[in-house]
Amino acid sequence: MSGGFDGALVGVAESDLGRVPGKTAIQLAAEASARALADAGLGKADVDGLFTFGFGRMGSVQFGEYLKIRPRYSDSSFMGGATPVAFVGHAAAAISAGLCQVALVCYGSTQASDAARRLGGAPEDARQPSSQYERPFGLPTPLGAYALAATRHMAVYGTTSEQLAEIAVATRKWAALNPVAMMRDPITIEDVLASPVIASPLHRLDCCLVTDGGGALVITTRERARDLAKPPIAVLGVAETHTHQIISQMPDLTVTGAALTGPRALAMAGLRPGDVDVTEIYDSFTITVLLTLEDLGFCKKGEGGAFVAKQRTAPGGDFPLNTQGGGLSYCHPGVFGIFTVIEGVRQLRGECGPRQVANARVALCHGTGGVLSASGTAILGRA
Amino acid sequence: MATHRPVPTPDHESAEFWRRVASHALAFQRCLACRAFRFYPRALCPECLSDRAEWVAASGRGTVYSFTVCHRPASEAFAAATPYIVALVDLAEGVRLLTNLVDCAPTEARVGMPVTLDYDDVGDGVSLYKVSPVRP
Repeated sequence: MSGGFDGALVGVAESDLGRVPGKTAIQLAAEASARALADAGLGKADVDGLFTFGFGRMGSVQFGEYLKIRPRYSDSSFMGGATPVAFVGHAAAAISAGLCQVALVCYGSTQASDAARRLGGAPEDARQPSSQYERPFGLPTPLGAYALAATRHMAVYGTTSEQLAEIAVATRKWAALNPVAMMRDPITIEDVLASPVIASPLHRLDCCLVTDGGGALVITTRERARDLAKPPIAVLGVAETHTHQIISQMPDLTVTGAALTGPRALAMAGLRPGDVDVTEIYDSFTITVLLTLEDLGFCKKGEGGAFVAKQRTAPGGDFPLNTQGGGLSYCHPGVFGIFTVIEGVRQLRGECGPRQVANARVALCHGTGGVLSASGTAILGRA
Repeated sequence: MATHRPVPTPDHESAEFWRRVASHALAFQRCLACRAFRFYPRALCPECLSDRAEWVAASGRGTVYSFTVCHRPASEAFAAATPYIVALVDLAEGVRLLTNLVDCAPTEARVGMPVTLDYDDVGDGVSLYKVSPVRP
């Protein structure tokens, strides 16, 4: 760990998940925040750092008004699904610098109830690069961009649809152990391959769910964390980057920003990939997981298909991955990065019941935003 | 995909690009300082920040870097054309752009396939570029 870097996760929570009609996005974020503060044994008055986005044009400002939080430190950054993982780093940096002491990171979305998630992608300003150089050609967004990455990886490295399906099947097995996961019925590789192709080579079961939901994290100093309600989980290493926004600008479709953030975050923690006991990776699509595993250094570039074969990432396998059931089977209100951190903390606390990974001491949480555009990695450990 | 197909809304940085496409003459900016080609058009070179650039006509030759066969349309405008192919194409100039691969059966599409540039006039003086396989 680098000198003087502070920060411990002391509270985590989800809001109600799934299809939550009759609630607003900011309400779900507030609900998750109240639960996360209760989990930490802290109150709203303790919060002096606020990290959120997505509520109007000034996300943290609007959320601050909603819950009457007047922070000393405020951050409304938006890097898609990588944001909450990046926020762990932003919050820990602010705490390390003494600019705030109790940071609240939160997110909420009603994308399922709003039916807001369409293959055409979120509406953008007509002059945005995506509107000028992608939409006229009918690229389903974000799915189509991930499909382009999958086609390329298959062509260069011989990766197969069966190998991608291994990820969906293993993730569903974890979801079966999580009482709040949406999709808990077992699936087979044949089921994945028999599900309709949406954008080749990706099938429907290669794609994440679309649900409502929210999540929240509470981060404070390691010193203050010692006296709170739950065992503190230290932020050991963090890293973030972004490489492009639209898919034509991605330098190499088989290499994501995780190739930069994984090694940096692990180096900051003084650890190697082999030291990680449980791994939580944003699984927007099966290909996202395969690329990210390679880039984080768990296997060589091009060997992701072989790495996930034979249900290696399933319960009982030797590489526990996406242990809450992932965006593929547990929930996916967008911006799944926050749920990778929530589960990483719960695994390190030993709170996960039937899905608990034995003796989990180090967790790697990774968020991906946009079309493989932005990456955030956090290494967490028992304090 | 003719009806209500989304069309680009040019801005000050892209107007010349789309004007040239409308004339069926795709061109790219090349930096006069570092000589790098760039796509999409920008006022400053993303390599060296120079604001001096020239327009160079595309050779029209390229290869498929990747592709996806869309079995669900991105929007209603593409429903009649489904399944259709969206491809990333590396052009000889060293730029990569997203476009449609046409006159190509979904089973025929390949990464590395040589393609040639063509245009669709989509109305109101707007054209879009597309590629098709090079046939002997």
